[in-house]
Amino acid sequence: MSDTLVVAEHRRGELEDISYELITAGRELADAMDGDLHVAVINGDVDSHAEQLDRDGVDTIHTVDYGKGFNHDVYTQAVTELADSLSPRTVLIPHTATGMDYAPAVANALDNPLVTDAIDLQYDEELTVAREMYSSKLESVIATDSTQAVVTVRPAEWPPTESDGSAAIDAFEAEIDEAAITSTVTGFEETVGGDIDISEADFIVSVGRGIEDEENLELIERLCDVTGATLAASRPICDNEWLSKGRQVGQSGKDVTPDVYVAIGISGAVQHVSGMKNSERIVAINNDSTAPIFDIADYGIVGDLFEVVPALIEEVE
Amino acid sequence: MKALVSVAEVAELGDDFEIDGLTIDERYLGYSLNEWDDYAIEEAVTLSEADVVDEVVVVTIGPERSEQTIREALAKGADRAIRIWDDAVANVDALMPEMKTRILASVVEAEEPDIVFTGVQSDDDAWGATGVALAEEIDFGWAAVVTELDLEPDDGVAHVRRELEGGLEEVTAVELPAVITIQTGINQPRYASLRGIRQAQQKELAVKSLDDLGLNESVLDSELALTELYEPETESETTIWDGEPDETAAELASFLRETEVIES
Ligand SMILES: Cc1cc2nc3c(=O)[nH]c(=O)nc-3n(C[C@H](O)[C@H](O)[C@H](O)COP(=O)(O)OP(=O)(O)OC[C@H]3O[C@@H](n4cnc5c(N)ncnc54)[C@H](O)[C@@H]3O)c2cc1C
Repeated sequence: MSDTLVVAEHRRGELEDISYELITAGRELADAMDGDLHVAVINGDVDSHAEQLDRDGVDTIHTVDYGKGFNHDVYTQAVTELADSLSPRTVLIPHTATGMDYAPAVANALDNPLVTDAIDLQYDEELTVAREMYSSKLESVIATDSTQAVVTVRPAEWPPTESDGSAAIDAFEAEIDEAAITSTVTGFEETVGGDIDISEADFIVSVGRGIEDEENLELIERLCDVTGATLAASRPICDNEWLSKGRQVGQSGKDVTPDVYVAIGISGAVQHVSGMKNSERIVAINNDSTAPIFDIADYGIVGDLFEVVPALIEEVE
Repeated sequence: MKALVSVAEVAELGDDFEIDGLTIDERYLGYSLNEWDDYAIEEAVTLSEADVVDEVVVVTIGPERSEQTIREALAKGADRAIRIWDDAVANVDALMPEMKTRILASVVEAEEPDIVFTGVQSDDDAWGATGVALAEEIDFGWAAVVTELDLEPDDGVAHVRRELEGGLEEVTAVELPAVITIQTGINQPRYASLRGIRQAQQKELAVKSLDDLGLNESVLDSELALTELYEPETESETTIWDGEPDETAAELASFLRETEVIES
């Protein structure tokens, strides 16, 4: 019981980067435990996926061919059966919207403890998992001496494994209980779009919940007018329908890479940061000096946006 | 149809706090209704107003303080509330998803809802796991991270859209009964009206111990232990511009000119 099993993620025929990141994380863990690294790929074109997943450090790739794409009932059953048959010490699943739709069910079906959104994994007699709490202001470590645990892993925390491997490929005959499949995925739909494409902008001013009221948005719009910046926002602003969804930066919105990104009244939640961290230069204006946005900002102003922004407008004018 | 909504009071850290071992002193924490749960309540109450659902029951696991939060749910239109707490629960360092799953499963068994709503995650510990684990435990269907819900009770189906990454949504049909984990933005949560707040005072809020639910302390067993809590070290070298607003604004303006994103 010292092996690691990781579950690959793919969508519409393409493997997601997180799959290769999990291979890196899984290999580190397998080394620490002196065990093998297994990769599971479920549904879709499993043979071509398996070929692509044959990266350095992978011992065995298990394919389960039971449909075209993701179905959480099939995934739950297949991963549970694989874990029963391989008895890995740890099962690693992506902490993505897809992973969130089956990992907790797998853990519950296996009667395993579950730790989600891991940013660090260590093994030294027991497994320890680091994760964030309180909107990324604190980190905690969770330890488990359980003989098997399920862990979901945050995307973009481990580098992907790029080099080729020499894994064995095994077609796993999962015994899927058809009667327990109570969901059907019928399609996909693009939601963003809207009035503007912020992903091409060179200079972005982005506004968050610190703006408090829809009426106050005018202040930020004026700043954009005088500076020529493109206006973007964090999720709550778009959830409130104060700005269109097309202006949302982050995991479930757009990725942006401007020369300058000015975050105003944005705390810096991981789902926001994932969409803007590759900006050339980041400036944060926030009245909370402990806001996580300052951890990734190059420049910061700890202050009240309702004082700083008017002064900035005046300065530029 | 009967809807059960699980809600949580979450703790928020201010800009000044101290870590004391594995906890944070309550002095440094503010408490509020979990953002995601606000949307879950709205979804259930809207269905009740449309007569698709005839009763909305909210359940929370929390201390007496959390009654304020749960009254908020009643004021927004939920019909009655259950609060679960006792000394054994109070003594747990960190309430792990598996514990919440077992406790909520017993509430589902007693209440027999047709649909259960939870938030995608709670803001403070962000496990994002309870809803789907609960569904597996009670043998319900489920859908996680839902941004659109269309119930067809006659067909016994919920049509949902699940939010994926990068603006993509998955269209899925789930058989009822089901647990739906609600994502922010699915609706526009209402504010409680004064009348709602008054009425909430009259609504039933039952406080139950594990014993009342027919559970024993073994539901609090976990193979997980919280062993450390700390402020992450930052690797970045952030230049903080200090001074009065006009001074910091001047620094920022000259930075913008230097980087040539604005004209000098
Ligand atoms: C599955 C999933 C997907 C998500 N996708 C996204 C996404 O794509 N994009 C996204 O942004 N979020 C996303 N989120 C939400 C994310 O977790 C956060 O809730 C959100 O980013 C918070 O937005 P915010 O920083 O504007 O608000 P808050 O976290 O509330 O922060 C507001 C900030 O404003 C500051 N502030 C308040 N008043 C002032 C003032 N007067 N002057 C200066 N500063 C002030 C506060 O100190 C605080 O730091 C997602 C969440 C989940 C679970």
